[in-house]
Amino acid sequence: MAQQLVKEPTVEQIEEQQLYKQMGVTDEEYAKICGFLGRKPNYTEIGVFSVMWSEHCSYKNTKPILKRFPVDGPQVLMGPGEGAGIVDIGDNQAVVFKIESHNHPSAVEPYQGAATGVGGIIRDIFSMGARPVALLNSLRFGRLESDRVKYLFEHVVSGIAGYGNCIGIPTVGGEVMFDESYEGNPLVNAMCIGLIDHDKIQRGVADGIGNPVFYVGPETGRDGIHGATFASEELTEESEAKRSAVQVGDPFMEKLVMEACIELINSGIVIGIQDMGAAGLTCSSSEMASKAGNGMELHLDRVPQRESGMTAYEMMLSESQERMLFVVEPDKEEQAKAIFARWGLHCINVGNVTDDGRLRLIHHGEEVGNMPVTALVDECPVYNKPSRVPAYYEANAAIDTTRYPEVTDLNDALLRVMGSPTVASKEWVYNQYDYMVRTNTYVPPGSDAAVVGVEGTRKALAMTTDCNGRYVYLDPEVGGKIAVAEAARNVVCSGGKPLAITDNLNFGSPEKPDIFWQLERAADGISEACVKLNAPVIGGNVSLYNENAKGAIYPTPVIGMVGLISDLDHITTQGFKAEGDAVLLLGETKAELGGSEFQYVLHGVTEGRPPAIDLDVEKRLQDALLQAIQSGWVASAHDLAEGGLAAALAESCIAGELGAEIAVETELRSDVALFSESQSRVLISVKASQAAEAVQFFQKQGVPCSPIGTVNGTSLKVTVNGSEKIATAVEQIERTWKDAIPCLMK
Amino acid sequence: MFKATVYVTIKENVLDPQGTAVQGALHTMGFDDVERVRIGKYMEIDLNTTDRAEAESRLKAMCEKLLANTVVEDYRFELTEHVKEGV
Amino acid sequence: MRWAVLVFPGSNCDIDCYKAVEALGEPVDYVWHTADDLSAYDGILVPGGFSYGDYLRCGAIARFTAVMGALVKAAEAGKYVLGICNGFQVLTESGLLPGALLRNNSLKFRCHPADLRVENAATPFTREYEAGEIIDIPIAHGEGNYYCDEATLAELKANNQIVFRYAGSNPNGSIDDIAGICNKAGNVFGMMPHPERAVSELLGSVDGKRMFTSILSAWRESNGAAAR
Repeated sequence: MAQQLVKEPTVEQIEEQQLYKQMGVTDEEYAKICGFLGRKPNYTEIGVFSVMWSEHCSYKNTKPILKRFPVDGPQVLMGPGEGAGIVDIGDNQAVVFKIESHNHPSAVEPYQGAATGVGGIIRDIFSMGARPVALLNSLRFGRLESDRVKYLFEHVVSGIAGYGNCIGIPTVGGEVMFDESYEGNPLVNAMCIGLIDHDKIQRGVADGIGNPVFYVGPETGRDGIHGATFASEELTEESEAKRSAVQVGDPFMEKLVMEACIELINSGIVIGIQDMGAAGLTCSSSEMASKAGNGMELHLDRVPQRESGMTAYEMMLSESQERMLFVVEPDKEEQAKAIFARWGLHCINVGNVTDDGRLRLIHHGEEVGNMPVTALVDECPVYNKPSRVPAYYEANAAIDTTRYPEVTDLNDALLRVMGSPTVASKEWVYNQYDYMVRTNTYVPPGSDAAVVGVEGTRKALAMTTDCNGRYVYLDPEVGGKIAVAEAARNVVCSGGKPLAITDNLNFGSPEKPDIFWQLERAADGISEACVKLNAPVIGGNVSLYNENAKGAIYPTPVIGMVGLISDLDHITTQGFKAEGDAVLLLGETKAELGGSEFQYVLHGVTEGRPPAIDLDVEKRLQDALLQAIQSGWVASAHDLAEGGLAAALAESCIAGELGAEIAVETELRSDVALFSESQSRVLISVKASQAAEAVQFFQKQGVPCSPIGTVNGTSLKVTVNGSEKIATAVEQIERTWKDAIPCLMK
Repeated sequence: MFKATVYVTIKENVLDPQGTAVQGALHTMGFDDVERVRIGKYMEIDLNTTDRAEAESRLKAMCEKLLANTVVEDYRFELTEHVKEGV
Repeated sequence: MRWAVLVFPGSNCDIDCYKAVEALGEPVDYVWHTADDLSAYDGILVPGGFSYGDYLRCGAIARFTAVMGALVKAAEAGKYVLGICNGFQVLTESGLLPGALLRNNSLKFRCHPADLRVENAATPFTREYEAGEIIDIPIAHGEGNYYCDEATLAELKANNQIVFRYAGSNPNGSIDDIAGICNKAGNVFGMMPHPERAVSELLGSVDGKRMFTSILSAWRESNGAAAR
């Protein structure tokens, strides 16, 4: 077999030829590393430092921003820092969840990039000791026109399906949006939700000096080397050539590893467990040692290897998938081995916990690396990047979002908005996902939030991902607030009380002051909304350098939220339920077309300021709506989002297979009134006999509520100030809405 | 040592949706001369035996039992003898 | 009636099958693929999922496990055997049922509710349905395109072995719209749709329940009420 042909660079060559720069390490960082070691690093060591000090692992550019997030609350059992955050749901049970990106790998190899993204987030959940119960994903692509975008879309979806379906965790929801901003740099964010009993919660700690450290999972190969640094670079033409940096997933293996690890954890013998995700063995070993204040010695000859002649550098940096690292007491070794053997797996002792605070690597009987654990994990320099208000933001202030002439054919406008891939039915996507396996999916994909039952109880979890990148681009602070508010609104519309969020900050290069400003402002907006809506941040992920030849993507801080539905009777969906029901609009409609789907589809622009949001108004709306839903008289509830009132009406009609007769009274222009995306609005339906009482209830709570019509017939008919603006058969709207994506993908 | 190369293909009379899809794609890419595409599986198996006849009968059994589903698939294999590389 | 749910590495609908039987109030066990005796069981469910990752072919590797030897014996002894989705694939691979499952003609995994027409309501699996009734049972598969040669198809028809057909549009291209078939003796049944996922209003349909109650009532009848 091929032996290693190229000799590794020497300590001197690394310094003289500045080879560390190829790994993303700056001159200053290199000098610091030399300081920590008291000597110059060898090739393995500089490789280990480079991944630990990459943005992906160290958050060196975003730490000051992440500090702004509220992370506490009485419901929070574990905040950011571990594999995933944990929130109490009562009765000794808790929900564990996290979102993570796999944008760059997916841009290069969409199927495997997306599949391994799903695999990675699942490991984060079960390594906490939890049983994964649901998956969601948030996707962004360029316009669904070019062959390349279609290729990426098709293969990302099938990669997510391939992994999630095989491992048997239902993919219950998410979102997909299309905008040229994401051309060449798609976003693939995957979220996993798990359930756990309080006393089973695990941490990734290497405690107990002398305890053995075990490796379980498939053999280590050369795949994914420098994946973490790859994720921290801009996408260029050369990325294509870096294809070797993309890992290949094996969901069957992960299923075995997951079942075995859950069994191991339930046996109560695990001291610490962590998955080998980004930066593989390097990150898991040093983080586990760091959290316990210990060191770790790894014998690399014992690491199972798929290829011959692997170097220490390659083994430490490999991102081969489905691998876990765990620590047990020496006398529990046989018990652990027996559990894995039942699942056809071998766990291998690759080292032990030491008291010297160092990560020491032994290969072929020699020490090939010796680094202080704290330097790797905690001492990465933190940068306060300069930020600047972008010119586009200033220029947008003067733009009147109603400056285009009134669109008069609103039947046509409705069909165009409903047929736009962002608004159109995502059935083409979610019919490829097994969203039903484990038979707890009570609200399948397609409604405001997905609902998954908590086995053996009357409780359920509402879950959603949300972010409108256009809003965030136009005003990062407002857009950040809206992302959280909309997620919470979706949870509330489904009958849940928001518990907490996980965030995935997808941004361009932080080296650019304009982008850093977006990041700061969006984080501020998110923080404020989280505090107001009582949904702390329990974990998340940062993906920077999302750029292509044309510049940065729209800043897209995706919010993943989970809410608790305290009784199955509270589950509410968006579809109208019965002829004759009264349709009520909660909230106020203003002339707000900035960043709207209408503006994008009808006028081809994204400009002006996004809709404003008042978090007090939002909170009042959500509290009142949840109370109403829990009282049992809300037949349907649907958040107003992309496409405004018109799209929300159409969606409630389609989902309910019913028509509606709607009369809107407004001082706004008709197209503005029907397609404005003003925030803090919800469309509900109630029995006609309860309409007056409902209006009174909401008004008493300080929530504007107007009866706007009746569920009736088979068409959606809308008049504005008495004159008919929309009259289209629901069936026709549904066709346009359902066929849009399949037609484009033909 | 024998090295076996096993080809498993979908039977002539059974629809091959993958092949049909690839054929369509090739056509849209301008490869109009493509008349038919059939997709199958290719496997490499190293056998630790020096007896060709035995290798053949073992392989046939493997194909019949596991490697191919003879309800919908055909198989064929090639055997080449080679010397084990020194370690 | 004692029920077994087989578990192969990669099975993932085992828990759903278990819950569906448990809801009947009947005793049920998970039986690991290494078990070689199923004689204690009256009904055996071969669940869906991706046994052995569906590598090589769906169900191809699972059929060589120890428990499959026991399953063949149980089938010969007239026990009720129900294979769902991947379980159906395992049953065809093992020769307990004729034909094979190919890739969906759309080449995509498909998961959604599906309308089925009950073609044979006289089997132990369908006796609580009406012949010709349309029922709503979801599908979730990538390789559910049932295929058999003309002679086999003629035989299936002649023996009334086609139990379910897709009533709406055929989601996978299966021959003659077949969704589920039984063996000649009628005690081994395989289907692509998932009855265990249609057992409560919360899941969108209760039409799958009657499959489990059918099996139970068939067993009670043939064993006499005293057997309970």
